[in-house]
Amino acid sequence: MAFFDIPLPVFMGQLLIGLINGAFYAVLSLGLALIFGLLNIVNFAHGALYMVGAFVAFLLLDIAGIGYWPALLLAPVIVGLFGIVIERLLLRPLAELDHLYGLLLTFGLALLLEGAFRHFYGVSGERYAIPDALQGVFNLGFMFLPVYRAWVIVASLIVCIATWLLIEKTRLGATMRAAVENADLVRAFGVNVPLLVTVTYGFGVALAAFAGVLAAPIYSVNPLMGSNIIIVVFAIVVIGGLGSIKGAIVSGFLLGVCEGLTRVFWPEASNIVIFVVMAIVLIVRPAGLFGKAA
Amino acid sequence: MTESLLSVEGLEAWYDESHILHGMNFTVGKGEIVTLLGRNGAGKTTTMRSIMGLVRKRTGSVRFGAVETIGLSANQIARAGIAFCPEERGIFSSLTVKENLMLPPVVAEGGMSVERVYELFPILKARGASQGTKLSGGEQQMLAIARILRTGAHLLLLDEPTEGLAPVIVEQIGQIIEKLKEEGFTILLVEQNFRFAEAVGDRHHIVEHGQVIDSFERHEVEANREKITGYLGV
Repeated sequence: MAFFDIPLPVFMGQLLIGLINGAFYAVLSLGLALIFGLLNIVNFAHGALYMVGAFVAFLLLDIAGIGYWPALLLAPVIVGLFGIVIERLLLRPLAELDHLYGLLLTFGLALLLEGAFRHFYGVSGERYAIPDALQGVFNLGFMFLPVYRAWVIVASLIVCIATWLLIEKTRLGATMRAAVENADLVRAFGVNVPLLVTVTYGFGVALAAFAGVLAAPIYSVNPLMGSNIIIVVFAIVVIGGLGSIKGAIVSGFLLGVCEGLTRVFWPEASNIVIFVVMAIVLIVRPAGLFGKAA
Repeated sequence: MTESLLSVEGLEAWYDESHILHGMNFTVGKGEIVTLLGRNGAGKTTTMRSIMGLVRKRTGSVRFGAVETIGLSANQIARAGIAFCPEERGIFSSLTVKENLMLPPVVAEGGMSVERVYELFPILKARGASQGTKLSGGEQQMLAIARILRTGAHLLLLDEPTEGLAPVIVEQIGQIIEKLKEEGFTILLVEQNFRFAEAVGDRHHIVEHGQVIDSFERHEVEANREKITGYLGV
């Protein structure tokens, strides 16, 4: 069986890789979108915090013997708390200044984190084993699907949908959306918006750390893993529409798949296809696919 | 005058380097409707925003009941029991009508129940699932007032609630404000529309260059009409 002269297993294999990459893109761009919405900061440290998430999982296992499942919860909590400290100590004093300062600060933070982990762990990467329960493959007939990769897609989808529901369907979410529009007025209703901002930053980077733990068994745990992925994720956030939650999730998965399919039909172009899409979207719909025109 | 609920003394405020308020002095008695009148740029809205804690650089004294609020943040001031209905209504476009209505947290006991709010503003129930900014201007104004009635706050700051609305809607807003007064709310009202202000207000303060330059009780308005219209340039 073949599809456009491409053997089906090859086609489906790339589609699957695309979906998995898309799952990481979606969770990462979701956090970026949340942070951008409420703090108005393009969080350049996001990729580094994704890397830190993976390293926390690795270190939990290496030092304390704490395995994958607790790490899936613990690493985001630890990195989220770290994010809260970053927000309170470093980003809060910049809140009144031009956005550029926040961007520069988080960029510097990314370099620092990356540099520190490179210093201690080099660039060859550390192995993190797939947990026993997720070993093995599903035989789909036309291809073999590793169980862990299926789990990554499912777990990402669950986290994305849960976050979307939190933002769109709860009272807390309504308060967050209102604070994105007019933070002063929400404060004047008695809501502690600075606290909301801090928690949002912590939650956004916790999502990055969650993606990092999911990624650890697939890619090696590597100090550079964040900077490799983050530029693509920025492009996806722009395509989805800066600050749009739905846009971040949908374009994350969509562009992962788009990248995977390009690899089937024109492998050389697969590394740039997302940026080509970004350029086209910026020309045709400058506010992004799901963004509101300014 | 009844016991004062809000007392503003020597209030000064700045936006960046611009000095906007130069020592505002006035009081609002419990259960009163007090208006701030004046031309554009006189400092009425800045006064509201300063009372609410939304102007960062401010000095002087704003006492609400027994609480000095000049050093508090906006969310603390709101929690003390002051509610704010801003100029241009401040309806959130990313929230539904219902979400807009339910947004302000309850800060004290004794606020209106949602049922009672719907009784006063039936349109809000009918349009609950619409996007907030899809309502007409008048409906948005109703929503902006309605949402601060649930919170239990007793002092309402209303910044130009009649701005840009048709006369028939202005009349409805007037009836609502009268009703709120009957229910015991205290209201500080900023208005450009003097006819509206004199219909609902117990006392009027004329604001110019960031100060209160004259004040009139309701019964003094008739005798001073020419003076007042002179102040307001109408």
